[in-house]
Amino acid sequence: MPATYEPIATTTLGSAQSSVTFSSISGSYTDLVLIVYIPSNSTNDDMYLQYNSDTGSNYSNTTLRGNGTTASSTRGSNTTGARFSDSSSPTTTTSCTAIINIMNYANTTTYKTNISRSNNASTGVDSMVTLWRSTAAITSVKVYPASGNMASGSTFTLYGIQAA
Amino acid sequence: MANTYVAIATVTVGSGGASSISFTSIPGTYTDLVLLTSLRSTDTSSNWGAATLRFNGDSGSNYYHKELYGTGSAAGSGEGVAATSMGAVRPNSNGTTANTFSNASLYIPNYTSSNQKSTSEDSVTENNATAALSPLVAGRWTGTSAITSIVLTPSGGFTWMQYSTATLYGIKNS
Repeated sequence: MPATYEPIATTTLGSAQSSVTFSSISGSYTDLVLIVYIPSNSTNDDMYLQYNSDTGSNYSNTTLRGNGTTASSTRGSNTTGARFSDSSSPTTTTSCTAIINIMNYANTTTYKTNISRSNNASTGVDSMVTLWRSTAAITSVKVYPASGNMASGSTFTLYGIQAA
Repeated sequence: MANTYVAIATVTVGSGGASSISFTSIPGTYTDLVLLTSLRSTDTSSNWGAATLRFNGDSGSNYYHKELYGTGSAAGSGEGVAATSMGAVRPNSNGTTANTFSNASLYIPNYTSSNQKSTSEDSVTENNATAALSPLVAGRWTGTSAITSIVLTPSGGFTWMQYSTATLYGIKNS
């Protein structure tokens, strides 16, 4: 069976850190999948991606979220990162698991989008789409909270998916 | 190239139905698990049924979830706190459009870790009626042992109908 879901790199934090970066990402896949697990004892803040070290206000997102009582939607425009958690963000006492699909990441013609699902069974569930307004191929992905650190034991794995 | 997305087992319900679907002796050689289901139960009470999912046979009050859902006319959110099973992988009921089965994808990262286990689920009970249910679910099982078995059971004493299927995949990060 041909492998179309290939691990590119994985990181497990041995101590609390403010970010994790996957760099020198090959352009040989069609899509990317990033699996993130952030345990408790982490920041009480939203999680973001940053592509190719771009810190400009070149990102936007639309969020559908539920907190166990209410469903709602929110948007962010001209943000400095691609947000992937809101009501499901990690906290000092609860963990966050996210699955982020980054489509057609290596093309140099279109802006880049991702779809993410982020989960915290104690605080909420999020479904998000984000846009990065750049035509550059994505060669690096930084994962970081808006403030604070991600706890020891956090895991991050980047997979590449090939269409054929 | 490494083969990192491997089918561990598939269950297809035969004629006569089944009271549960079980995956046992799950090896600890993967990083994450993915459970894909296509389910229909003998429940006829509404457009969708309910199911219970338990890890390692644990029927204690150790399951939590937050849920975001749409029904075709409304969006809402719900939760389960200290439940005795994970409210997950809802089936189409036998009152929905014939030959229609629900779809669900349940992702379980780090299933062998000594931490509590989190899950991410997307599912739908689409059918040609006035309502269907599409939930997104964040789940947590407080168990700290590796997951070695998963059992799916229709709620209310109903059974899985013929042609219901479930496949468990393992994903390696190296």
